[in-house]
Amino acid sequence: MASQQDSRISGETEKRAAALRYSRWLQPFVRDYGMLFVLLGLIGLFSILTYTEQHPTGSDAGQQVARQIFQQQGAAARVLIVGRPTEEDVAFTTALADELRQLGATVLSVINGDPAAARGAILELSESGQQPTALAVNDVSSRWSVFAQFPTTRELPSFKPQSYYWPNFLKRSNLMGVANQTAVYAIIAIGMTLVILTGGIDLSVGSLVALASVVSALFLRDYQGGAAAGVSSVIGATLLGIVTCMVVGGFNGVMITMFRLPPFIVTLGVMLMASGLAFRLAAGASIPELPRAYFWLGGGTVSGIPNPILMMVLLYAVAYVLMSRTVFGRYVYAIGSNPEAARLSGVPITPCLIGVYMISGCLAGLGGIVLSSMLQAGDPKFGLMYELEVIASVVVGGTSLAGGRGKVLGTLIGAFIIAVIKNGMNLTNIDPFNQKIVLGAVLLIAVWLDTLKRGRWNTKSIR
Amino acid sequence: MSDSIVPQTGPVPLLRMRCVSKSFPGVQALRKVELTVRGGEIHALLGENGAGKSTLIKILGGVHQPDEGTIEIAGQAVAFTSPRAALDAGIGIIYQEFNLAPSLTATENLFLGQERSTWGFLRRQQEQDRAQDLFSRLGVAIPLDVPCHELSIAQQQIVEIAKALTKKARLLVMDEPTTALTPAEVDRLLAVICELRTQGLGVIYISHRLDEVEQIADQATILRDGQYVGTLARSELERQTMIEWMVGRQIENEFPKQAVAAGAVRLEVKNLRRGAAVRDVSFQVRAGEVLGITGLVGAGRTEVARLIFGADRRDSGSVQLDGRNLSIRSPRDAIREGICLLTEDRKHQGLLLERSVRENFGLPNLREFSTGGFVLQRQEHLAWSGFREKLQIKVPHAETLATHLSGGNQQKVVLAKWLQANAKVIMFDEPTRGIDVGAKYEIYLLINQLAHAGKAIIMISSELPEVLGMSDRILVMHEGRITGEVLDPSRATQAQIMQYAIG
Repeated sequence: MASQQDSRISGETEKRAAALRYSRWLQPFVRDYGMLFVLLGLIGLFSILTYTEQHPTGSDAGQQVARQIFQQQGAAARVLIVGRPTEEDVAFTTALADELRQLGATVLSVINGDPAAARGAILELSESGQQPTALAVNDVSSRWSVFAQFPTTRELPSFKPQSYYWPNFLKRSNLMGVANQTAVYAIIAIGMTLVILTGGIDLSVGSLVALASVVSALFLRDYQGGAAAGVSSVIGATLLGIVTCMVVGGFNGVMITMFRLPPFIVTLGVMLMASGLAFRLAAGASIPELPRAYFWLGGGTVSGIPNPILMMVLLYAVAYVLMSRTVFGRYVYAIGSNPEAARLSGVPITPCLIGVYMISGCLAGLGGIVLSSMLQAGDPKFGLMYELEVIASVVVGGTSLAGGRGKVLGTLIGAFIIAVIKNGMNLTNIDPFNQKIVLGAVLLIAVWLDTLKRGRWNTKSIR
Repeated sequence: MSDSIVPQTGPVPLLRMRCVSKSFPGVQALRKVELTVRGGEIHALLGENGAGKSTLIKILGGVHQPDEGTIEIAGQAVAFTSPRAALDAGIGIIYQEFNLAPSLTATENLFLGQERSTWGFLRRQQEQDRAQDLFSRLGVAIPLDVPCHELSIAQQQIVEIAKALTKKARLLVMDEPTTALTPAEVDRLLAVICELRTQGLGVIYISHRLDEVEQIADQATILRDGQYVGTLARSELERQTMIEWMVGRQIENEFPKQAVAAGAVRLEVKNLRRGAAVRDVSFQVRAGEVLGITGLVGAGRTEVARLIFGADRRDSGSVQLDGRNLSIRSPRDAIREGICLLTEDRKHQGLLLERSVRENFGLPNLREFSTGGFVLQRQEHLAWSGFREKLQIKVPHAETLATHLSGGNQQKVVLAKWLQANAKVIMFDEPTRGIDVGAKYEIYLLINQLAHAGKAIIMISSELPEVLGMSDRILVMHEGRITGEVLDPSRATQAQIMQYAIG
């Protein structure tokens, strides 16, 4: 009897311990990163919607076809290779020809052109009396009718890369594109997250994107010789652009803390001023006279991954540590949760807030440099409406506009949710007008979900 | 205890809650609780924080539904599924946080949601007359055309009561209505409540102030740990009994003051001034001394503490610590010098409610718990665990949000963070406001310990028994000035202090 009761009690404590573990780890995780499930859901959805037949292209496909031919015909194969004059097809035909020669087969002719070019080559072959044993084509050239018009090629076995089924959305090139296009927004959104966590808002980031691009491009064009400028000038220009925006961010912070103006108003004013300044400096025009080295930051890659993506990942790692492990991060949350209690606990409010707005300005500036490097120009029209897109990322990522609640990594998730929806809608051919409607609805749903989960979990008290 | 059964005489009771139980995940909040209230009766509901008073009231108000038990209103069984249903049944609940629209006038608030109108146009005169009528019935004059945020807390309270009356409330529930009121305002409010009683309303009165309960209650129901302890009739309402029933054990001395030999002068304040709030205040506090500062609300007590702490800027005056002049310009400076302030308003000034208790605890101590800007979370957690044990803070784990704790435990978290800061001067502003008897006692013991450890302690309080019982010396303030000093509190009386406080 007693032992039965004991076991019941221990069962109860175990259940309670499990509940405690749940409340300790899973519940905060769902609260902070619940949007991750939405992102995964969207990825799943668009993967299903874009599941189609894929035709391999490029050098991999070329090698594959070469091996196919060699397997069937051996070194005796005499091959006619036909592709379009595109970059992809040239890579395909070149790799195909190289591989065949290496295996010991004969390549009669390599054509990179339109059907008329193919016709000419076939005529030439039959005139010189050379009879091919195989025709190597890709998915597009295999459908040309020219091959059926000549006896030389009509009966030939044709080889093309094997197709397979895979979602367009999940193709490496598409995913890279999505990440690359999101990087600028995501980088700026780090600063915006900090600002919103303190209970503020920074509307000036879009204009700072333009200002940074114009300042650095102008510096290169007018003082460093434009396209002829060297690497050190490019580094100098980049720093100049970023520092300019940091100073403007600092100005935001000073107005908000020392003059006690509301962040919304201050950054609205600065948004107009910074934009006007960018237009004035650039005389309203784009500045394309830039050196090659300038395009590396936005267009280059390191071990196959585009620089903007690497930079984004790095910055998010730093921001995560900053917000979860440092005194500064703790202060940011404290100010956002209850500024008066924070002040009375000895938190240096003014320097912290100025620092937060400087970080936001600095990251907006970096975003502007990356963008102008990607688009290979400085332009006062860059960054238009970026502030709204960035704020949307932060909010969708679960950060409360009231301050004090939210996570930096949530913002990364939020930025990707928006990017994935945009990309998915493009791939599924939804027209741009409807895309806007959907994005607006997503924003509303995100905020609604946020209030729902808060209602469910935060009214429960232990009292 | 349960043999003191309420005599079932008179007409059908206005409210009868029987055998009410309610549990939340992991907590049995209420277990078979009984509550019977008649019309024309003031019924006190007593218990420590966490005893289940709030849950019981929320069940009555339709916010929660009971797991078992019945509720009868005037003999009719009811089951409230929403706050609206309770309101319609004539139950008016006035919570500690008011539900007034601050920018609307008293009249507009009274008729909010039930405006008198024809074709959408307000009939202002009719509303005005009705409001005037209500307030005169309550025996108070409230300015009718002033936004509510300009009214005093006491006046806002009256507006809340009147609002409940416009909704035809038969049973009024008041949750800690007097915590923020001055003694004179308390008297006026109690008179209003007695007036309601003569008009036949039933009143459920929740308060930690047992003297008020003794003064006006006809019966008192006491809860402890979610259980029904019993109901005391008017003749049995004695302070000692109520405390014993609430705490479940005997407390011999409400104020466990221990004498400590005072050391050298720790803190000296000279000619402190700030506008009309603080006018030329000077005093000293010695190591090991508990200096009580009292006076009416608005006398400038809190303001003095805030000036010393650097929370507000002083016009003039100096603060010396251990004979050294301090130039404190912000709370951060004060904390660095070893001065701390436990604010009276924990929710708005003391805690980050939406952050974990560990973060709250660490916030003023990050200088100690960090290297190179990085927080040393393990050390922080270790120190927190130490204080949790020492102060017996009831909290599931270190990551619990501060908002989920009861008032007493919140106060202990605030205490823990300042104890960790190892301050030399500790200023308590209303240290036991809204805290139950048991937790109060623990805080008094802590004040003793701190005095023993040679801290200089300033205790600001409106509760005269507390000031008299716990201080070594008392300063009384009136309109920004120190108007009296009591050197031997053990021989002073409340009347003597009130004399000084009135000026």
